[in-house]
Amino acid sequence: MPDFSPFDSGARSPVFFDETLVMLRDQIRRFVETEIKPHADAWETEGATPRALLRKMGDLGFFGIRYPEALGGSDLDQRATVVWAEELGRSTYSGVAITALVHTDMASVHIFNAGTDAQKSKWLPRCIAGEAISAVAVTEPGAGSDVKGIATRARRDGDDYVLNGAKMFITNGVHADVYCVAAKTDPEARPSQSVTMFLVEKGMPGFTVSRPLDKHGWRSSDTAELSFRDVRVPAENVLGREGGGFYEIMKNFQNERLVIGAMAMGEAQAALELTVEHVRGRIAFGAPLWEKQGIRQRLAMLSARVEACRQFIYSTASRAAAGEDVVREVSMIKALAGELVNDVMYDCLQFHGGMGFMRESTIERMTRDARVQSIGGGATEVMLEEVAKRM
Amino acid sequence: MKVLVPVKRVIDYNVKVRVKSDGSGVDLANVKMSMNPFDEIACEEAIRLKEAGKADEVIAVSIGVKQAQETLRTALAMGADRAILVIAADDVHQDIEPLAVAKILKAVIDEEQPGLVLAGKQAIDNDMNATGQMLAALLGWSQATFASKLDIDGDHATVTREVDGGLQTIKVKMPAIVTVDLRLNEPRYASLPNIMKAKKKPLDEKTAADYGVDVSPRLEVVKTTEPEARKAGEIVGSVDELVAKLKEAGAV
Ligand SMILES: Cc1cc2nc3c(=O)[nH]c(=O)nc-3n(C[C@H](O)[C@H](O)[C@H](O)COP(=O)(O)OP(=O)(O)OC[C@H]3O[C@@H](n4cnc5c(N)ncnc54)[C@H](O)[C@@H]3O)c2cc1C
Ligand SMILES: Cc1cc2nc3c(=O)[nH]c(=O)nc-3n(C[C@H](O)[C@H](O)[C@H](O)COP(=O)(O)OP(=O)(O)OC[C@H]3O[C@@H](n4cnc5c(N)ncnc54)[C@H](O)[C@@H]3O)c2cc1C
Repeated sequence: MPDFSPFDSGARSPVFFDETLVMLRDQIRRFVETEIKPHADAWETEGATPRALLRKMGDLGFFGIRYPEALGGSDLDQRATVVWAEELGRSTYSGVAITALVHTDMASVHIFNAGTDAQKSKWLPRCIAGEAISAVAVTEPGAGSDVKGIATRARRDGDDYVLNGAKMFITNGVHADVYCVAAKTDPEARPSQSVTMFLVEKGMPGFTVSRPLDKHGWRSSDTAELSFRDVRVPAENVLGREGGGFYEIMKNFQNERLVIGAMAMGEAQAALELTVEHVRGRIAFGAPLWEKQGIRQRLAMLSARVEACRQFIYSTASRAAAGEDVVREVSMIKALAGELVNDVMYDCLQFHGGMGFMRESTIERMTRDARVQSIGGGATEVMLEEVAKRM
Repeated sequence: MKVLVPVKRVIDYNVKVRVKSDGSGVDLANVKMSMNPFDEIACEEAIRLKEAGKADEVIAVSIGVKQAQETLRTALAMGADRAILVIAADDVHQDIEPLAVAKILKAVIDEEQPGLVLAGKQAIDNDMNATGQMLAALLGWSQATFASKLDIDGDHATVTREVDGGLQTIKVKMPAIVTVDLRLNEPRYASLPNIMKAKKKPLDEKTAADYGVDVSPRLEVVKTTEPEARKAGEIVGSVDELVAKLKEAGAV
């Protein structure tokens, strides 16, 4: 796959990205090409992205994109996050990408948004440096799309809360140091007022990883089922207001969904680029497959759809950065990008012929990795309900 | 000691270049441009000299179109202290030839009085490999080209040069022009905090006219052509067949 692609003319346009963001994109891309791509096959086998890589990302400031300078961050906005997510998605190893993106944009962000000064100064400098890795645990064996349906309980007892329950499909679940865990503090309250977030630290008695999960894709990402048995969490570890957890989760979904959209479009670009390269070089019926209009026009249309979705993401990120409410757009993006990346993978694998079905081909891995993009972080159907409410 | 690093904005080395239909050169419209990789190595070396306490200030200079300020920002983000942009063209397709660049650099050096100039051995766009040498001649300074190792010791520099068939080590008197080769070092990443800091570092803007240098071309490009496409290979059944084929082709 070429390191520079036709998609870059849009990705470098000053309409959305200033000089700083173009430089950031170049640095992330170089990092992906040299520090991730040559090594990540081993991480796919090992089932996790090594901490040493995450430390390097921290050293380069990639984990502090959105956080204030005082904590070691660079105080940039949603556009920088889009650059970060898109370039990681373009790596072709989405397990690595999601390890980093959950840490920066889905987990540690809860500490930043809702944390007390003490919680922030305890965790964020270490999260930004890559010394501490974070996870977010909302989903349970019995409740995913329906966040209000969670059953994990946190009961007040003196200066502590006592947590009991289980969490499912938790990214960074095996190796994280700090978990932002949603639990019900007041089951009698209205569902939207019943959830509270807690900071649960690795090693707290009663908190264990029940099992690492064996996944269809994202194999270089560690995903776990977690168990909480009478875990005593001190009251100072309550994240945000008691009963405010549901609101916090919904609020961060907006950033999360933009990130997943950008990541998915990075994946789609990479797949199109490597497929164009493949069909240009593959001779069948006396000429490169690229000479078949049926093939190249399909790839051209997919690239038009991907470009449209990217421009939608860029403009929505820019509007969000300017303080506009973009809930409708972000829900559209999650639904659109999650489906589109799968359409792209289907055709790209198809045009690889039998090789696309082989574990040794990049497109085979990418197709497996893309499948979850229409499920995790809000399934397409759930996203479309959010859009429909706003029609 | 000040170290001056000239950096050129060139077509990114990953871009598949396309020749313009009129053959006048390479198409640069909507194409990713980057710092010449050899200049990145020069910049890295200058920053390392500063970190080692052997230099006080690193100044990056670029000569070309206004957009070369992006290249200078990259140098600043890597760790250069300040930058000078000399605007000498307004069309991205206009290349400033080595002699004009050397003359402008001489004028900048007369003002700045650096103790060392670290330049790339050549730019990857036109592979001239001439600017450093011309600059040394104009200044009457010592020069060491194709450096793969550099040690500064007082008023001398010891430079290991990559020459045909081996390495040559020479000692030159300072001030000196050193042009750098690929193996001198591996340039660092610009971390995000350093990218942010670079925004606040000084970047002076000058024009070629400020230095009284005529940049009009002395060379005429007659024709630019794509390299010949690689021909398809052939799979042979055995070593014997391979040897036979090679003999047939006159290769062994
Ligand atoms: C690899 C991976 C990593 C994950 N990482 C995390 C993590 O770090 N933290 C975390 O908390 N969660 C995580 N999740 C959970 C993820 O967010 C949920 O899987 C997702 O929200 C869907 O929930 P569910 O799996 O329970 O599916 P369900 O809620 O059971 O839904 C099943 C399907 O039903 C359909 N559906 C659901 N609701 C509706 C509706 N209202 N209308 C129409 N159709 C509907 C959808 O097609 C959906 O896919 C992860 C999941 C995966 C697979
Ligand atoms: C699991 C598996 C088992 C197999 N078992 C056998 C076996 O037992 N024996 C055997 O001989 N073979 C076997 N095959 C090979 C299989 O038949 C070929 O993979 C298939 O014919 C496609 O050929 P290809 O892989 O070379 O793809 P290519 O010919 O390179 O084609 C790649 C893609 O280009 C597109 N394409 C090709 N031609 C055109 C066209 N004219 N117009 C438009 N689009 C076009 C299609 O989308 C195609 O998928 C197997 C393959 C797999 C994956």
